[in-house]
Amino acid sequence: MGATPQQQHPQLADTPALVSHLLDQIDQLITTQNLDQPLVIGIHTGGVWLAEVISEHLHAPLGKLDIAFYRDDFSKNGLHPQVSPSSLPFNINDRHLLLVDDVLMSGRTVRAAMNELFDFGRPASIKLVTLCSVNQRDLPIQADACALTLDLEAGQYVQLDGPKNLKLSIIERANHE
Amino acid sequence: MSNLAELQLTKNGELRHFLTPEGLDRAMLERILDTADSFVVVGNQEVKKVPLLRGRTVVNLFFENSTRTRSTFELAAQRLSADVLTLDIKTSATSKGESLLDTLQNLRAMHSDMFVIRHSDSGAAHFIAEQVTPDVAIINAGDGRHAHPTQAMLDMLTIRRHKGNFEPLAVAIVGDILHSRVARDQIHALKTLGCKDIRLVGPHTLMPEAINSMGVTTHTHMNSGIDQVDVVIMLRLQTERMASAFLPSAGEYFRLYGLTTERLAQAKPDAIVMHPGPINRGIEIESAVADGPQSMILNQVGYGIALRMAVMSMAMSGQMQQRQAQASQATSLLGEKRP
Repeated sequence: MGATPQQQHPQLADTPALVSHLLDQIDQLITTQNLDQPLVIGIHTGGVWLAEVISEHLHAPLGKLDIAFYRDDFSKNGLHPQVSPSSLPFNINDRHLLLVDDVLMSGRTVRAAMNELFDFGRPASIKLVTLCSVNQRDLPIQADACALTLDLEAGQYVQLDGPKNLKLSIIERANHE
Repeated sequence: MSNLAELQLTKNGELRHFLTPEGLDRAMLERILDTADSFVVVGNQEVKKVPLLRGRTVVNLFFENSTRTRSTFELAAQRLSADVLTLDIKTSATSKGESLLDTLQNLRAMHSDMFVIRHSDSGAAHFIAEQVTPDVAIINAGDGRHAHPTQAMLDMLTIRRHKGNFEPLAVAIVGDILHSRVARDQIHALKTLGCKDIRLVGPHTLMPEAINSMGVTTHTHMNSGIDQVDVVIMLRLQTERMASAFLPSAGEYFRLYGLTTERLAQAKPDAIVMHPGPINRGIEIESAVADGPQSMILNQVGYGIALRMAVMSMAMSGQMQQRQAQASQATSLLGEKRP
């Protein structure tokens, strides 16, 4: 499979630098887009870890989404065995939302998350924030803030370890669902 | 695996029918409760619906009346976005002479994915799951005196949400244990979830024989039965029992076993009171208790919808996995036969 991930993607090794780069991008996004008092919403589980950091940085309220009930692969893969309750301890109507996921790949998770969000209300806007975007989109979804963009080979995936000392790495497995 | 486990689970250990908590292990019961916890949140959303069972058909087959159970099952299926058909069997095909088996085969031919079955005969849902339509997910919505697993599990959900871990809890089940379809399932579920102090309280005439073998204690007096308990589950007294020789009168029953504010003081100060409804005020329970701060009776109704959504989505998921596994097995067998 060629070079080791570390050799291919030197930036991956320094996750704290990536997070700090992402926070700068978010600050810029909020200023340029004039996002007044945004709410931070993380997608379970890696997205929630990252959202905790962002929410602390912005002093903004934090919500958590588990998209298990909104996935598009129920017929194929059934219900996810571990479902945790979504928790949005605020009203999202007419608010600006920062939707946070650790890795953006097919775009299917974000599609499911947006469907779920609209069952809670009608936000003023949603901006997508991700630590790492992999160029393998199935849907027309792009990040508004993203620290790293990668091209991967078949069978390679990006994984975030947490909840503290976030660490991004490339893993290889037969099939990803 | 026991027969009941084998019947209710796929080869991979996923739920595919939900007939009784008996035979299911602690991990499975906890998964049902965890999933239900997530569905409780859905009930608080502006749009109280998830797209999980979109395009699936759920048929409620009610061979006996039960407005409350029926409506919560309907609502649960609708909140999962399934298409729902409710058949009151007494007034439909069977009265025209069609047999139960033919009715079920017809419904299956309509590509129904799930049957929710309420029947007055014990074991009806088991029979259908085992013999008639094993490839349709079956949810038991109450059969005879035998089982009412979604009611028992929604009671477990209520206890866990308000009292946490089952292990240190003392739980009293009060009333007509003998005729209750819920009590047996409650005992099985409580034991599996780790509850060690389960007390059955009621008159001798309404206590099943050899019930102690289930690892419970029996009490004929309320005072000892609910002394320092964390949870009091009142069972509904079926007033038709009053006509038979089981009980002298409603007044007498209330005097001995009715839950009053004074009696409830015997339990722990933060004890919760549960009742499956509909409540007979002044027979099993005093209004002041039923409407009081320790009462969970109305919370139970909301949890009932979430719990039913959980078992319906889990059983549908398991059933679909099983069908897929069978289909791919068939394909590979066909492949092997090719020259």
